[in-house]
Order: sequence, then C-alpha cells, then structure tokens
Amino acid sequence: MTAIESTNAHVHDLGMPAAGPDVTTISGAIDASVAANGPKQTTLKAKDLKTDQEVRWCPGCGDYVILNAVQSFLPSLGIAREDMVIVSGIGCSSRFPYYMNTYGMHSIHGRAPAIATGLAASRPDLSVWVVTGDGDALSIGGNHLIHTLRRNVNLTILLFNNRIYGLTKGQYSPTSEVGKVTKSTPMGSIDAPFNPVSLALGADATFVGRAMDSDRKGLTDVLRQAAEHQGTSLVEIYQNCNIFNDGAFELLKDPATGPMWTIPLVHGEPLVFGPGGASCVVRDDFGGLRIAETNQVDASQIVVHDAHREDPSYAFALSRLSSQDLRYSPMGVFRSVAKPTYDRMMADQLEDAAAQEPADLDALLAGSDSWTVS
Amino acid sequence: MTGTNPGISSAANGVAPGMHPAVDPAIDAAAHSSAPGGLVKSVVELDRVVIRLAGDSGDGMQLTGGRFTSETASFGNDLSTLPNFPAEIRAPTGTLPGVSSFQLHFADHDIMTPGDAPDVLVVMNPAALKANLVDLPGGGLLIADSDEFTPRNLAKVGYASNPLEDGSLEKWQLVSVPLTSMTTDALADSGLGKKEAERSKNMFTLGLLSWMYHRPTEGTIRFLERQFRRKPQIAAANIAAFRAGFNYGETTEAFAVSYEVKPAPMAPGKYRHISGNQALSYGLVAAGQRSGLPVFLGAYPITPASDILHELSKHKAYGVRTFQAEDEIAGIGAALGASFGGALGVTTTSGPGVALKAETIGLAVMTELPLLIVDVQRGGPSTGLPTKTEQSDLLQALYGRNGEAPVPVIAPRSPGDCFDATLEAARIALTYRTPVILLSDGYLANGAEPWSIPATDELPDLRTEFATEPNGEDGEFLPYLRDPETLARPWAVPGTAGLQHRIGGLEKADKTGNISYDPENHDFMTRTRQAKVDGIAASIPATEVDDPDGDARVAVIGWGSTYGPIGAACRRIRASGRSIAQVHLRHLNPLPADLGEILARYDRVVCPEMNLGQLAMVLRAKYLVDVHSHTQVRGLPFRAAELAAVFQDVIDGTTGTVATLDTGSDTPAQTGAAL
Repeated sequence: MTAIESTNAHVHDLGMPAAGPDVTTISGAIDASVAANGPKQTTLKAKDLKTDQEVRWCPGCGDYVILNAVQSFLPSLGIAREDMVIVSGIGCSSRFPYYMNTYGMHSIHGRAPAIATGLAASRPDLSVWVVTGDGDALSIGGNHLIHTLRRNVNLTILLFNNRIYGLTKGQYSPTSEVGKVTKSTPMGSIDAPFNPVSLALGADATFVGRAMDSDRKGLTDVLRQAAEHQGTSLVEIYQNCNIFNDGAFELLKDPATGPMWTIPLVHGEPLVFGPGGASCVVRDDFGGLRIAETNQVDASQIVVHDAHREDPSYAFALSRLSSQDLRYSPMGVFRSVAKPTYDRMMADQLEDAAAQEPADLDALLAGSDSWTVS
Repeated sequence: MTGTNPGISSAANGVAPGMHPAVDPAIDAAAHSSAPGGLVKSVVELDRVVIRLAGDSGDGMQLTGGRFTSETASFGNDLSTLPNFPAEIRAPTGTLPGVSSFQLHFADHDIMTPGDAPDVLVVMNPAALKANLVDLPGGGLLIADSDEFTPRNLAKVGYASNPLEDGSLEKWQLVSVPLTSMTTDALADSGLGKKEAERSKNMFTLGLLSWMYHRPTEGTIRFLERQFRRKPQIAAANIAAFRAGFNYGETTEAFAVSYEVKPAPMAPGKYRHISGNQALSYGLVAAGQRSGLPVFLGAYPITPASDILHELSKHKAYGVRTFQAEDEIAGIGAALGASFGGALGVTTTSGPGVALKAETIGLAVMTELPLLIVDVQRGGPSTGLPTKTEQSDLLQALYGRNGEAPVPVIAPRSPGDCFDATLEAARIALTYRTPVILLSDGYLANGAEPWSIPATDELPDLRTEFATEPNGEDGEFLPYLRDPETLARPWAVPGTAGLQHRIGGLEKADKTGNISYDPENHDFMTRTRQAKVDGIAASIPATEVDDPDGDARVAVIGWGSTYGPIGAACRRIRASGRSIAQVHLRHLNPLPADLGEILARYDRVVCPEMNLGQLAMVLRAKYLVDVHSHTQVRGLPFRAAELAAVFQDVIDGTTGTVATLDTGSDTPAQTGAAL
C-alpha cells in the first residue's frame, strides 16, 4: 500500500493488537461516538469550525484574515472536524487552535512540531496541523522544525511570519531584517535573518509554499495544495502585525509596487512577472537563478516553474531571489514532491513485525534462557 | 532478588568466612577429591562467591560477565551483578581510564547485593590490577593474564617493576596465567590472525572460570553460535577458546581445586535472569497489552537509559512505536502528542534529559494527560558520571518544574522490580490522567538478578475508558469535568465526534477547560491538581515494615536501588542480635498515607541515600521527624558492611551500648548472615 492510498482512506487501523474483551480502544471510542452521533459529518460550513471563544488578537491583525481563510477553505477538504487536530506553540499565532472547533493543543514555545509528530505518527487517520510563528518555529523551535521536515511526517505547518515578536511586545525576530530597530535592538539588529523557505528546502522539505495573509485566493490555493500533500507541508504566510511591525509587507501588498516585486509561482508556467510581464527568471552561469528583463532574453531562456523537481536546489535557488527587503518574492508553491511519509513507514514496520511474529507477552517475558524451580 | 525471598540462609558451610578458600588443597580441610584427567583435583563447597572481572574496555569484560551470569542463573544460584564501566567507549588501551569491570555475587541462598568486595579478582592487564586491587581483601584469589604484564603496559600505569614477579602481591593468592598466549595457541589452526585470535581471550577466561565454579557451558556455546551465526569462523574460534579455557582448568596444576555453589532454594516457578532496563522495557510492553493502548516511546539516546529504547524498538509486533527524536524535548513532546491521541506516551532518559523535559512535563500536568517519564539516574550534576549510579534526581523529579506542578514519582528497588514499578506507574498515569516519573538508576538498569516470570493474566488490569459522549448538562463536552473519586478528567481522543476540545498550557477554567485568568479559578485549579495527585495515596497499599523481631527502636528508610544494600545491612544487624526495622518506599509522591505514623513510632530514623540527603529533607519537612541522613555519592552502590556500621552506631547511640559488630569489608560472612 502506498502512502498516498493509505492516508487518504478513512480507516482507524491503529496497529494495536487486541488485548482482550471490553477494552476501550481508540477505534472503539470513535466507533461509539459514530454510533451515538451518526456518521461523521464531512459537509461542514465555515461556521461549523468556529468556537464560542472570543478571538483575542489585536484589531486589524493579519491573523484574523488567515483564520477566516482557513475556516472557509477547510470544509472543502471533506474531513470531519473531529478528525482535524491543530497543534500550536506559543505566540500570537499560536492562539489559533482556541478559535477552531476541532481538536487542538496550545502547547509550549517551539515544540508544536514535536508534539504533532507524536500525534501524527501514532494516528495516521487524523489530519494534523501545526500553527506557528517566526519566533516559535525558527528561533526556539528551529530544531524541531528542520527534523520534522526531514522526516516527512504527515502534517501541515502554517508559519505565520510577521518578522517580529508580537506577544512579548516587539523584539526583533529571526526573520527581522538586519538593522531593524526594536526594543531590544535600539541601535539596529545585527542578526542575519533566516529565509524560512530556504531553511525548509535545506532540510529537504517535500512541500514548501508561501502566501500573503491578505491574498485570500492565493492563500487558499497554497493551503489546499499543502493539505492535500502527503508528508510535511510548510506554508510561510506573510502576516502583518499592525501594532509592532505595521506595513512590513506593504511593498508586496501595495497595488502600485506589489506586481513589480512579486513572482507568482504556477507549476508549468514560465516565471514572468511585473507590470506587462517585464521581468522574468532565467538561469545564471553558476547553476542558480537570476532576474532578467523579459525583452532582453530569448523566451527559451525563461525558466518554466517545476514544483515537482526531485532536486531541491532549483526551489532553493528560487527562494534566494528575494532580498531581505522583500523585492523579488516568489509566492506560491516552491516545491511539492512525493516521498514516503514517516507515519506510514512506521505503521508498515509495525504491520510487518506483527506478521513475522505475532505478539505473545508470555513468550516475551519468558525469553530464551529460563529455568524452572519445582 | 525480590518476591521469592526464601528467608535468611544458614551460616557458611565450613569455609573460612570472607575468604575464598585456597587453590592449594593441602591447606583446605573442606576439600574432597575427584580425579579428572588423571590429576587429583579437589572440589570445595562454598555458599557464596563474589567474582570481579576487570580488563580494558576492549577486552569484553561486560560480555564475559554477562555470560557467566547467564550460566550462573541457569544453574539456579541466586545472584546480583554490578557492571562498572567508563563513559569513554575506548579509552587508550591499557590505561586506568579504560578499565571496565563486572562483579557478580552468586550464592546458594537469597542474596541482596552484588557484594561489598570480591573474593576473586580476574585482571586482564596491569591497569585492571591497579584499579581494582584495592578492593580485593587479603587472602583473596587473584588471577592475572601474565602476557599483558609487559614493560610497556606496566609503564603505562606507573608500575616500576612487575607486581606478578616482585613479591608485592604475596598478601593475595596470586595465579599468573598466560591467558592471551594460551588463547592464541588454542586458535593456532583457526585461520585467524594473531590479533583476531587474541580477542577470544575473554572466552578462554570464561571457560576457565566455568570450570572453576562448575558452571553449565551449553548456554554459552549456544549463545556464541547465535551471536556469530553470520561469522561461523569467529563463532568456532570463540567456542574453541572457551573449551580450551575449561580444559586448561581441568588439566593444569595451577588450579588444583574447583568450587561448587549449590543452587539457591527458590519458590517454585519459572525464572530467568533480567536486568533493570530489560525489566522496565517489558513492563512498558506489558502496560500496553494490559491497557489495550498502543505504546509510543519518544526518546533521545542517553546513558544509561538507551537500552530501553533499543529493547522497545524490537517489540513493534506489540503495537509499540519507538521514535528516536532530535532531542530530549522532542522525545517527550512526541510522547505527549501521542498521549493526546490515545496512546500510552512514554519518554525515557537520565537526569540531564529530565532537566530538558521539565517544561513539557509541566504541560502534561496542565493538560492532565497520561504520560510516563523514565529517569534512569546517573551521577550528576551536568554531564556528571554518565555510566555510574546515583539517586540525586529525587528533588528534580519532585519539584523540578516552574509553578505548582505536582507529579507522582515511583521508584523500583531491584532490577526485576523495574517491571512491577513500571506497571504501577502506568496504572497511576492512566487512572489519574497525569504524568508520572519513574526513577530507576544506573545500578538497577545494568544490574541483573533472577526474576520470577509473572503470569501475564495476573498482571494489573490497566484498561482505561475513553470519553465517547458529551458530559455536560446542555449536551456539551466539558474536558475538565472531573471524576469525583479520582479527580481525573475525561480522556477524549481526536476522531471522537462531538467531543472536539482544546487544551494547552494556559490556565484552564474549571470544567470547560477554556482559558481563564480568573484569580479564584487559578487558586481552585492549582489546589485541585495538587489534590488529585495527593489523592493517589488512597490507592497505595499499606506500607510494609520489615521488623522480624518486632521490637526495633531504630528504623531505616530508603527508596530505589538502595533496597539491596540496606536489606543486607539490616540482616547483619539482626544476626548480631539487635533489632532494626526496614521501610522501603516505592511511592515518593504522594508518600504513603501511613508513613508519618510509622516513622513516629521509632526513636531514630536513618535514611541512607546516594545523594546528599534529598529524601531525608522531604521526610523532615513533611513529618517533622529528626531523620538521620547517611549519604554517599561515589557512583557505586552502598556496601552492606558500611551501612551496617552506620546502623550500629545509630542503634548504640539510641540505647547507650557500645558497638561490637566488626564491619570490616573483608569479613562479610562473620556474622553468619546472608548478604
């Protein structure tokens, strides 16, 4: 069975041998709830995903837009809300689970990918999401992020990047630009920032995308592809913090400048952008990519976007086109390749082991070197 | 050995106490003769022997000790082992830091410790001699591989002359044997090179010891065939070396005596020998089977806990998932995530790892999910002594978190007891929906003893109910509505329709689990979490007080792996005609409900610990008892004789009599007590 076949199926085979009668197994609990509540409701509406909790982000925060987009698009996946779990860390974005009528855990700073890994690896039947921020995912939780990506556990990570620490009231973050003046950097930040997409691709992430909070269509499109991807998906969402870093993405959002600096990524389409398609992406002499003026190059030189390239260096080169002031920002899906998922491989090993030698606790405890005293 | 205690054995059988009888039969009256191979050989019966094998880290001492242990276990002796090895995998050959040793105590009666001091010391090189001779009592048997006492090896450890030849060892019964060259001679036709052939010298040594102590050899031959089934030449060489060593013992004049230690009386049943880490691993597998839950282990490699990860990774057929995480934090994080999903989440580590996991343990306290945290303690602080034992994480386990974060703490007392303690930890975690810390230590982890194999259908029933329906009056689900008896909250696993809920580290409102910053609610929830853990005491059986005479005025209280040495020391005290009561704690949080009343009965309470008095501090704070703390942090278990001296002093201080008990470590059997 391939990873894609198995995880699409709505089964609750949890790889657990029966331990005797009357045991309330996980699948038993789920079956009981189905018996009590009827079949799982997979035709949700956005309002079905709202909770009774008051949303407590600052008025005007980009997180509202993302929440609305997620609540609007999730029902289209056809997954029952009880089969979705949202795990978050700490930070403004990490309050997200409280506002979603799914299962959720608001955990500790940076650790959401680790917690989600344990959940997704032990429950391949669930749709597991991680909501995190630039500080949560890239600073305190950087280690978990890269290792989750390399393992390819089946979960979807939404990284809200506002390039600032919001909940601690405005210190620079690992994605803040050099020279950023904040409370903790009165003379300007001297830290070189991470490019989250480059970082993820360096960890050989199988799905990496980027979207803008205010671009409902583009965001939904990337989220859908991320959700459908089998394995770890990372979506960087540029998100405006209107209190501590207002206008951070204005260059890309402003209708006057946005098209000039945004490179839309569409699989199979040439990388042409800017007003009138004036700019394009071509290969440079060193195996990387560079920006060119479309009318200065032959059409055959223009790179046609291929998100399915096995070698991540192309997607990495794409991610390096943008400067830290966001000029030439590719938006969309950088990379989407199929690889076996960790949870499926783990489940397969359990199945193989059980097939080779069925569980026998008495035999295990007795071992091969026992003796009897009579 | 626990659970099948046949009682204290009688005195030694005509053997000079504390001294391994001479290898020369002429000076030993208890010998009787036999005549294998034409030589007149005597057989001496002993009631107990402590053997220590010491060599270079690369000499295979741990393997040799393990095999001798297996032979001894299958023969039916009671036994206890103490592996002692450096943290370095291969320190420079022939140096003191590279010395690795394995001590085995076996007896024809019930014993409790690996022995204070060896009766027999086998040294494979000068470094092993230098590092271990201090522990060998005068008159003890010393077997040395003379081939390795080269000028170069002697110089490495600062011997100016060869101690095997300069008379400096005349206080001991020295037998110099060219173990290495006899091994290579025996393997001359094996097709192996000299270097490769030399590597079998540990098996030659094992063969010699097997002859000396009448050990059954079939198990070792089977083991070697199994171990090297893909390298038949190596298997054959090791078996040949093993047989050569055995035959050498039978034919040489160097050893005119062999020794018999009869099987120990044990309760009828099926036995095996087991190490603490192995027993703990089986306990986790059994907990999964008895609860019907899949086990999920999230772990990062760390000494001395890694063997649990290794063992559990073999048992996937039992629904056990093992996840080798990127760090300690991810290990426990993944385990907690799995618990949220309905698994029995487990993480295994040692002290430094517990420090890293503290924040996630706090999250488990707040989210009230079942979780097992296994701390195989080692010497600290910081990296400390990775391969040595200590009990210095007790206060970390009890209090090492931010906020009021009560966590139940359980400690096994012997290698085999790691199995039962694990099931008890799982019971508490599942019943009360709480993280539980299981405090093993390096001595329990690597030490081994005979284990009475339990009947699996008599193991505790750990079945657990998941929530399947809303529990609120208005049809809503209240994730923090508690069971009135246990105060446990419902465990609703993702996938269960209608029970969607959010949990997390922010303070929870009572019943609904929503975020709450309300002062009254925080006070209430803090006290409720504490009350839930305190309430576990109601499910703990009455504390056992071991006071056979019933008139003890002094009680000794311990926890964890000190059970054996404390018990052995108490036997010495009682054998000298005095009374002492022994209390050994399995539950360190909450403490048993009857403990305060028990401690108040005694004039003095002594608490030996391998830390600087952590349990003593807790007992003093909780019960206002003037606990006499006796501590040691040498990275090694207590010696029974030393503890007996301490207890004696306390008893005499209480009654005003003068100490008369000779507690010298070279006369452990003087009192006739079984140790």
